[in-house]
Amino acid sequence: MGFFLEALFGGLMAGMLYSLVALGFVLIFKASGVFNFAQGAMVLFAALAMARFAEWVPGWLGTDSKVLANVVAFALAGACMFVLAWVIERLVLRHLVNQEGVTLLMATLGITYFLDGLGQTIFGSDIYKIDVGMPKDPVFLFESLFQGGVMINLEDVYAACIAALLVVVLSLFFQKTSTGRALRAVADDHQAAQSIGIPLNRIWVIVWFVAGITALVAGIIWGSKMGVQFSLTTVALRALPVIILGGLTSVPGAIIGGLIIGVGEKLSEVYFGPMVGGGIEIWFAYVLALVFLLFRPQGLFGEKIIDRV
Amino acid sequence: MSKVIGDVILDVQNISLRFGGVKALTDISFNVKEHEIRSIIGPNGAGKSSMLNCINGVYTPSEGSITFRGQTFDHMNSRQVAEMGIARTFQNLALFKGMSVIDNIMTGRNLKIKSNLLMQALRVGPAQREEEEHREKVEHIIDFLEIQAFRKTPVGQLPYGLQKRVDLGRALAMEPQVLLLDEPMAGMNLEEKQDMCRFILDVNDEFGTTIVLIEHDMGVVMDISDRVVVLDYGKKIGDGEPEEVRNNEDVIRAYLGTGH
Repeated sequence: MGFFLEALFGGLMAGMLYSLVALGFVLIFKASGVFNFAQGAMVLFAALAMARFAEWVPGWLGTDSKVLANVVAFALAGACMFVLAWVIERLVLRHLVNQEGVTLLMATLGITYFLDGLGQTIFGSDIYKIDVGMPKDPVFLFESLFQGGVMINLEDVYAACIAALLVVVLSLFFQKTSTGRALRAVADDHQAAQSIGIPLNRIWVIVWFVAGITALVAGIIWGSKMGVQFSLTTVALRALPVIILGGLTSVPGAIIGGLIIGVGEKLSEVYFGPMVGGGIEIWFAYVLALVFLLFRPQGLFGEKIIDRV
Repeated sequence: MSKVIGDVILDVQNISLRFGGVKALTDISFNVKEHEIRSIIGPNGAGKSSMLNCINGVYTPSEGSITFRGQTFDHMNSRQVAEMGIARTFQNLALFKGMSVIDNIMTGRNLKIKSNLLMQALRVGPAQREEEEHREKVEHIIDFLEIQAFRKTPVGQLPYGLQKRVDLGRALAMEPQVLLLDEPMAGMNLEEKQDMCRFILDVNDEFGTTIVLIEHDMGVVMDISDRVVVLDYGKKIGDGEPEEVRNNEDVIRAYLGTGH
């Protein structure tokens, strides 16, 4: 039992991390109808910015305070993401108003390569570490119930709390504010949105900035777990099945999809892995996504696809 | 009830619009007076929608000027036009399909919402009151258009005729001074057309909204319009009261072809 719970917790925490990246995809899709291929590159870019600023800031400010350095670095990295959102709107999106989704998808593919290059040119291409002071020690729960208790990572718990908070804030933003409504409107129809006075350009900057901040949070959490390096961009690939499962348009879907995949791959690895010689963790998510594509293409929480003939 | 037609509110002067070598509009001038229903008619491809898109700021005319309430604009985008008080509906529905009827119409209030994001998200104080006020206006429009039963339905699931009403509702929610309707009756059956005519007349009557209407079906238009502009191949071939236009030889020729 203790072993099961441990695997379950491990899975939930891994799932939370997938969710964080998936959130970025959902945000941009929900608010502009664009499938943003560059999300992975944004995570890397944000994480690189964070890691390097945290390194440079003490020198610039002449302070030793780690907290201050991290706060300033976070603000600077956030500012970078804002500038990035603004530039993307200016140079790319603005010229593609009223174009097909595919055109925009290709544009984000271009942004991906550009960002990969830009990030490494500015911030360097070594492996950096992010240390925001999250506790690394494992703690043991339920020691009275099971022998040895259940080991979980405090760092993971923190990450889960941050992710949950982010989701609550984003849900409120989308459902309760007029800007959220405007965002959903823009996703459905650019031209109509403009005709009722929704400022398309500003909306796009907002969305990409919010997605940028989500990428930054994801980048910090992933980065502090496994270091900031180029392979962070592949984290985005892990998020794809999550979105298929949860539905491209649902914020809670991204979270629950992430959790299902995280738990599913951990448990199946632990319990069925030995039977097939292991390695389930690697393909589990994709196979699950495939099954969903066959039977429920809109995902668990996505908007139902309605097509008039 | 006889309505009072006011001064010129929208003045279109010598508008030409070219797409490369194609002349969509050539030297079109006409005006719209306050509170009237002004129609632009013409056969398919006459340039009606192009004209509307010029007024709406979707296209920038190659030549000419458009004056709205004494303010001339030549490089406007749709959003600025919306801010000035001109709303529109679309020929091919351009609704927010995934959103409910009420949310669609609420988007029309977007420009009028003043409270900031944080207050809205937390639903505190003035934001709450403001949301309720807007909601009330929207409910009024929903009642007016007789779509109460569908307020929570995603518009993508509604039949075509009702979607057209939601489109109209969203434009009305902006409380525009001028309402541009792009073929509001296209693709409707007789009953739906009659309903739509009634709504247009009521909007004009009750809210005093000036209406510019595009239609290629002459019959409907003649009954509800105060004045009519006729376009053919991008040129203006007639302008005046319905009766006058109906007897205009050029107009008859455009619609029926030349008799040999």
